[in-house]
Amino acid sequence: MIDFEPTPHDAKVLAAVREQALICRNYARYYDENEHEFPPDQLPEANDHKNPYVLLMQGRSDQDTTLGVIAMLISMGETWGDYSVRMQRGKGALGNAALGAAGTPEQQEKWGGLTLAMAITEPGCGSDPSKVQTTAVLDEATNEWVINGEKIFVTTGCRAEGVVIWATIDKSAGRAGIKSFLVEKETPGFVVAAKEKKLGIRADDTAAYVFQDCRVPRENLLGGNEEIPKAGSGGFKGVMKTFNMTRPGVAAIGLGMAEAALDFTREQLEAAGVDLSYGGSEHGQSAAAARFQRLERELEASKLSILRAAWLSDMGQSNNLEASVCKAKTGTAVREITQGCIELLGPMAVSREHLLEKWFRDVRITDIYEGTGEIQRMITARALLDYTRAELN
Amino acid sequence: MISFKLTEEQEVVRDALHDFAEQALRPAARDADEESKLPEELLAQSWELGLVSTQLPEAFGGGGEARSPITNAIVAEELAWGDPALAIAALAPAAFAFALADQGSEDQRREHLPAFCGDSYHAASLAVVEPGPVFDPRLPRTLAEPKGDAFVLSGAKSFVVLGDRASHFLVVARNNGGRDAFIVPRDAEGLSISEPEKNLGLKALPTVTLELERVEVPAAARLGEAAGCDVQRILDGSRAALSALMTGLSRAALEFCVPYAKEREAFGEAIAQKQAIAFRLADMHVETECQRWLTWKAASQLEHGRDATVACHQARAYAAEKTMWIADQGVQVLGGHGFIREHPVEMWYRGARTLGVLEGIVSL
Repeated sequence: MIDFEPTPHDAKVLAAVREQALICRNYARYYDENEHEFPPDQLPEANDHKNPYVLLMQGRSDQDTTLGVIAMLISMGETWGDYSVRMQRGKGALGNAALGAAGTPEQQEKWGGLTLAMAITEPGCGSDPSKVQTTAVLDEATNEWVINGEKIFVTTGCRAEGVVIWATIDKSAGRAGIKSFLVEKETPGFVVAAKEKKLGIRADDTAAYVFQDCRVPRENLLGGNEEIPKAGSGGFKGVMKTFNMTRPGVAAIGLGMAEAALDFTREQLEAAGVDLSYGGSEHGQSAAAARFQRLERELEASKLSILRAAWLSDMGQSNNLEASVCKAKTGTAVREITQGCIELLGPMAVSREHLLEKWFRDVRITDIYEGTGEIQRMITARALLDYTRAELN
Repeated sequence: MISFKLTEEQEVVRDALHDFAEQALRPAARDADEESKLPEELLAQSWELGLVSTQLPEAFGGGGEARSPITNAIVAEELAWGDPALAIAALAPAAFAFALADQGSEDQRREHLPAFCGDSYHAASLAVVEPGPVFDPRLPRTLAEPKGDAFVLSGAKSFVVLGDRASHFLVVARNNGGRDAFIVPRDAEGLSISEPEKNLGLKALPTVTLELERVEVPAAARLGEAAGCDVQRILDGSRAALSALMTGLSRAALEFCVPYAKEREAFGEAIAQKQAIAFRLADMHVETECQRWLTWKAASQLEHGRDATVACHQARAYAAEKTMWIADQGVQVLGGHGFIREHPVEMWYRGARTLGVLEGIVSL
């Protein structure tokens, strides 16, 4: 049955997430201003708080909201506190999702316990990963892959214990020649360059990698299939499936910060005597109230689109289109929301005394990483129009 | 539990109403608009579907099924996909009947509800919107003054749908600082009903302006009688319903544009193959989806008896903004053909602008 109300157990978990998020928020400014430092794996307050996912699984019943959906709300709640600081940092990163989606059972068993980053983007290729220049050449004498190339914008790249990278085994094969390889840290020829300096999410660990004659065992090819699929056989699509849950996830992460911005703005406007109540018409309101409520609607619409994508996945249904829809919607909305909040509050909002200006910088990445807004619209349009990549690009 | 799961029954209802919208409403929409006339046989046909009576109590001749604002939202979207004006004509009597079923006294329910459970179409309407700019439904200018055992109503109401035939109007008025709703028969002394108006959009729908010049109604005409009623609840239900209708219109516009853009060629390829058009269609889809989820949320708040004012306000306002945008894009995708009355997009463009400024004509 259609319902949008969290159960008491859901609500208890989400309240705990918020409580922890508020504590994390105390550290947010420090790590924004000291971007060469990483937030600790565990805050001093951590002993008094349980991991939200542990809380979630305790006393949970099948009457409670499904896991994918509630995970989106937990992510929103966490970044409502801060993008990077966590009470206790969990293991795992985007590369673990790739391992889960494409790895053989043996590979999952071997590397599942490591935190794995995912390295796709290169200096010369971002939105079009089929143009990957990093090469992997099989040395049949030693049964090793020899990897050469550069990767940038690798999230969790400094702290990860290993990385899943995309490299081509046959440039002439285009997308079909691209394979995923697992490279553990400390492998000779694998160099981690410094953390990037960024507009926002400064505490986030964003690395650049160089691979120079880096040798990994033959069995480090994820999924183990060395064949080059024929054009149009969908091999690349399988690789892209990783994104069907990570896109709603990063949308949720961005939206949590936009919600923080709206909550702060609401507090300030109400303290200044602006009536933000619902029920009447826009014409009976101040311009500030009408503007604010418009931003609240953008938040609500984005949130529901994220929950929809996650819910489909929980039901075992395809959510390829919906993952892009929610990412496109949220990527635009979080920009508009945080820009609008600053406009509503005026000069006080650009002061670094408050976190609003930080949220404004932090959310901007939402419409860029994990596929830009343009890529999401491309995917959405292809699905709507039933077009192939060749027909619409 | 957060879930987007339709019940099996809701899926059946959705599919059946979609067929009706496709086979009956859509083919009749253009002529009804051109002639500014409701096809009477179509109203009779829609009445047979039981859209109004199914969820009215058995005691008054209804189907006795539980009220389901969620099911009704799904119905409204499907019908409006066929045509919003004809959808409103089919659903507006339910707005009056549901308000009485929800908040009427036993006597009021017994007097009025059986008429909606009969075999033939019966019209009665909500009268909420008032003429003039900056109308705020929280502060109606229509006044109710107590006079002994009666109320005297003064003011004006506009965009009262089915005003050419409604047996009664449920008039929202300010009463002693608060708001109330009054059941006013069409022959009440002092009530003047205008000729059907000529509007920009939803032209098939007969709308009137009511002038209430010291219309005296008995205290028993106050909805809920001595207890009064919660006017916001009526408004909330109507906002969610309008939002569902606008979602249907948006979807209609998108679904019309997709095949058109794939067929129409310019500079050697289909215009849908150009990002300027393809991305527009993508955004039309994104916003149609979002409207639907906001509508469902509002309807689910109503259905579970939770405070629905925020969700219904958000759903209507969001749909009003995005539906106008989508209908506007629809015209642009068709270019010159979008401006020609041979295609429905110009009708949806006018309909979107009209729907987006309304309150209180339909309900869930």
